[in-house]
Amino acid sequence: MTIPLRDRIGEVVLELEDISLAFGGVKALTDISFDVREHEIRAIIGPNGAGKSSMLNVINGVYTPQHGSITFAGERFNKMNPRRAAEMGVARTFQNLALFKGMSVLDNMMSGRNLRMTSGIFAQALRLGSAEREELKHREFVENLIDFLEIQAHRKTPVGRLPYGLQKRVDLGRALAMEPRLLLLDEPMAGMNIEEKQDMSRFILDVNDEFGTTIVLIEHDMGVVMDISDRVVVLDYGKKIGDGTPEQVRQNEAVISAYLGVAH
Amino acid sequence: MGFFLETLFGGLMTGMLYSLIGLGFVLIFKASGVFNFAQGAMVLVAALSMARFAVWIPQWLGFNNLILANILAFMVSAVLMFMMAWCVERLVLRHLVNQEATALLMATLGIAYFLEGLGQLAFGASVYTINVGMPKEPAFILESMFEGGVLLNLEDLTAAVIAALLVASLALFFQVTATGRALRAVADDHQAAQSVGIPLNRIWVIVWTVAGVVALVAGIIWGSKFGVQFTLATATLRALPVVILGGLTSVPGAIIGGLIIGVGEKVSEVYIGPLVGGGIEIWFAYVLALVFLLFRPQGLFGEKIIDRV
Amino acid sequence: MFYRENGQFKTSYRSDQQIFPVRQDRIFIFAVLLLAFVLVPLLASDYFIKALLIPFLILSLAAIGLNILVGYCGQISLGTGAFMAVGAYAAWNIGVRFPQTPLIVEILLGGFFATLVGVLFGIPSLRIRGLYLAVATLAAQFFVDWAFLRIPFFTNYSPSGNVSVPALSVFGIALQEAIPKYLFVLSFVVIFALLAKNLVRGAIGRQWMAIRDMDVAASVIGIRPMYAKLTAFAVSSFIVGVAGALWGFLHLGSWEPLAFDLNRSFQLLFMVIIGGLGSILGSFFGAAFIVLIPVALNHVPGWFGLPLAIDTAAHIEHMIFGALIVFFLIAEPHGLAKLWTIGKEKLRIWPFPH
Repeated sequence: MTIPLRDRIGEVVLELEDISLAFGGVKALTDISFDVREHEIRAIIGPNGAGKSSMLNVINGVYTPQHGSITFAGERFNKMNPRRAAEMGVARTFQNLALFKGMSVLDNMMSGRNLRMTSGIFAQALRLGSAEREELKHREFVENLIDFLEIQAHRKTPVGRLPYGLQKRVDLGRALAMEPRLLLLDEPMAGMNIEEKQDMSRFILDVNDEFGTTIVLIEHDMGVVMDISDRVVVLDYGKKIGDGTPEQVRQNEAVISAYLGVAH
Repeated sequence: MGFFLETLFGGLMTGMLYSLIGLGFVLIFKASGVFNFAQGAMVLVAALSMARFAVWIPQWLGFNNLILANILAFMVSAVLMFMMAWCVERLVLRHLVNQEATALLMATLGIAYFLEGLGQLAFGASVYTINVGMPKEPAFILESMFEGGVLLNLEDLTAAVIAALLVASLALFFQVTATGRALRAVADDHQAAQSVGIPLNRIWVIVWTVAGVVALVAGIIWGSKFGVQFTLATATLRALPVVILGGLTSVPGAIIGGLIIGVGEKVSEVYIGPLVGGGIEIWFAYVLALVFLLFRPQGLFGEKIIDRV
Repeated sequence: MFYRENGQFKTSYRSDQQIFPVRQDRIFIFAVLLLAFVLVPLLASDYFIKALLIPFLILSLAAIGLNILVGYCGQISLGTGAFMAVGAYAAWNIGVRFPQTPLIVEILLGGFFATLVGVLFGIPSLRIRGLYLAVATLAAQFFVDWAFLRIPFFTNYSPSGNVSVPALSVFGIALQEAIPKYLFVLSFVVIFALLAKNLVRGAIGRQWMAIRDMDVAASVIGIRPMYAKLTAFAVSSFIVGVAGALWGFLHLGSWEPLAFDLNRSFQLLFMVIIGGLGSILGSFFGAAFIVLIPVALNHVPGWFGLPLAIDTAAHIEHMIFGALIVFFLIAEPHGLAKLWTIGKEKLRIWPFPH
């Protein structure tokens, strides 16, 4: 980190209180509370099945918790849906990629600009000056993102044809195109080799640096987590067992036993 | 009141005929997750085959016994349905295993068109008769309660009984036999079924053959009643609302759905039709199905459709 | 060798975003338009224009409309014939009740009424998809079939159920002969194809394709599925309705509901599948294909000394359509349009093999 913590990180932008989520009889999350501060990189870690993806899904409204509330940007919600989350500036990537396979890289990322496009249907049909100018303006923004993510050569390729690592970059690009205030990354490094992980880590740090985006990410690679996160939340069996800086969490006994098992 | 009963019975009988076709849909959908738009075309080809072979076989082999001709024609037609099933699995289904439902639907539409053309090319396009000894005279029942009695169509009644027997045996087959269990496994999850060693391709051939034989029985009954002609293929369309109502995965649902649609069509035509210009039969079933789709897409007895995120 | 993009550098996003960014494509399209607008009227026979070109053009337009719904937005529809019928009958009713209405306005209003009906029957798409949506569109087809047959108001109480249009004219030019009719239809089709192309390459087109590809992910980036689906139904029905009005007014002259029945719906769906789902150009290919097959079947066997009887030809037609649908779905789901693109790719590197 180049800038001292206290200078960069701002006020609390997301607060989760007593979130409980159950599917039928299965309790995915139990009484989870933590907060996320503006401009920070917050990691959520935990063994498999701990409820990390469910947590992310609750934040952006894909799942509705039975209990608890979410406070985002000062407003308190009991119910959220993905579209409203998007409108409020929450973007996310998916573990299994949710790219629009039939469209090119450029079109996928342009679709991320959808919320900011205002031309009506008739203007688009006639390709009136205003529609054309708007299209070009957003094209320019997306092209800057394409430069940032170094995928210029592939802009017209249908995403279904790209290798996995590049698809993950496009997924990130589409989320960034939304100019989000809060970016949720669901295992952005999954399935990558060391080089690809280094690239992705660099992108995440750059996004946080240049755009100031608050980032919440789920990640399994401890090295990455310790390197790039400001603070970490640890989940296990749907409960929070650790919360603090990477250093604090590394020494937390409950976390150690969750990952490594209790010594016999 | 007597007239209402007649309408009711007429509707129930027609409903049974629809259910027979619907049964074929349910079988294939249950076992392969494919909606078979070609079911009506299969009924047509089966009926054509039955009608023509019942005439050709005595000619070729030089005998005159109607019962023997019908039996031989039935056997030949059943083999034909098996061959059709095998070809469909080999040439079409195998290659579309991983495609989404819409593509498979359109593929069966293509198969339907192909079969309609082939059937008429091979067997001829005139109207043919099927004579399997169905009773043709009407009966009058409840003569003591209503003057003149209530008209009951014996042919339809026989058809209803045959259909009921067919459904009962199929339902039993699905629940009790090992093959039936395998079919249900395949319908649930293709990959999982394969991983426990169930041969997908063979199962599909079996299912389509059974559906083909059901189509044959339906074709014989419909053909005996209405004559065998091209319009039989549009039977698919009459039977679609039936399986939507009953639930695409439910064999008894096909029967209940058929009865509801049959009665609903007749009753609405007789009592509401004159108010709006008549002829509402062509859309009544569909609009009813549409209403169901908006509030209960899985029908009365089908499994809830879960959309995976 | 000829189809190289060498030297064609794009220095602005605007030039990169043109409909035909490659110069050879622009020349090609210009040549096609020249052929269509100038050479055909000079050289083609009346029969060719009336029996082949005009139906081809109008059906292409309808196929473009259907392609927007099925190919770009992924919503299946088996009721296209019904929307054509609404366009035709609505335009006719306006002409009968308000005879001073100009022809173009009549046709566009026909499209407008088709839009209303289309959006209405599109509402189920918000809750159901796939086969179930197909059933809902079939309900539309059968209901509309019945309405135009049995509700006398729509046919202005005509005893035969048949309706016909009077002599047509636009801007004072009579539309009786083949050539004026052809140029009128051609202009409509070219303009609408351009409008459709603008829509599918713009923001709304991306929304449609997002819904088609993964509607759950679409809502996560802020797309409203309701808006996207209903606009797809609306735009599609409008174009199909206009095509219906053109079909009734300029091709048939007089018609009954059977002209727009389920067979028409299937025919259009086949055009879209064979031509290429999600391609404006593909809609033209598909329409040309479907229009040409019956003609070929009627004439080609004769050249080989084996003329086919009419009904035999009809059966073989059924078989060919069915087989082709299955073939394209298995081998090339993006239809003839994809084959065209592959052909151009090969042409780029010709005479080298790769």
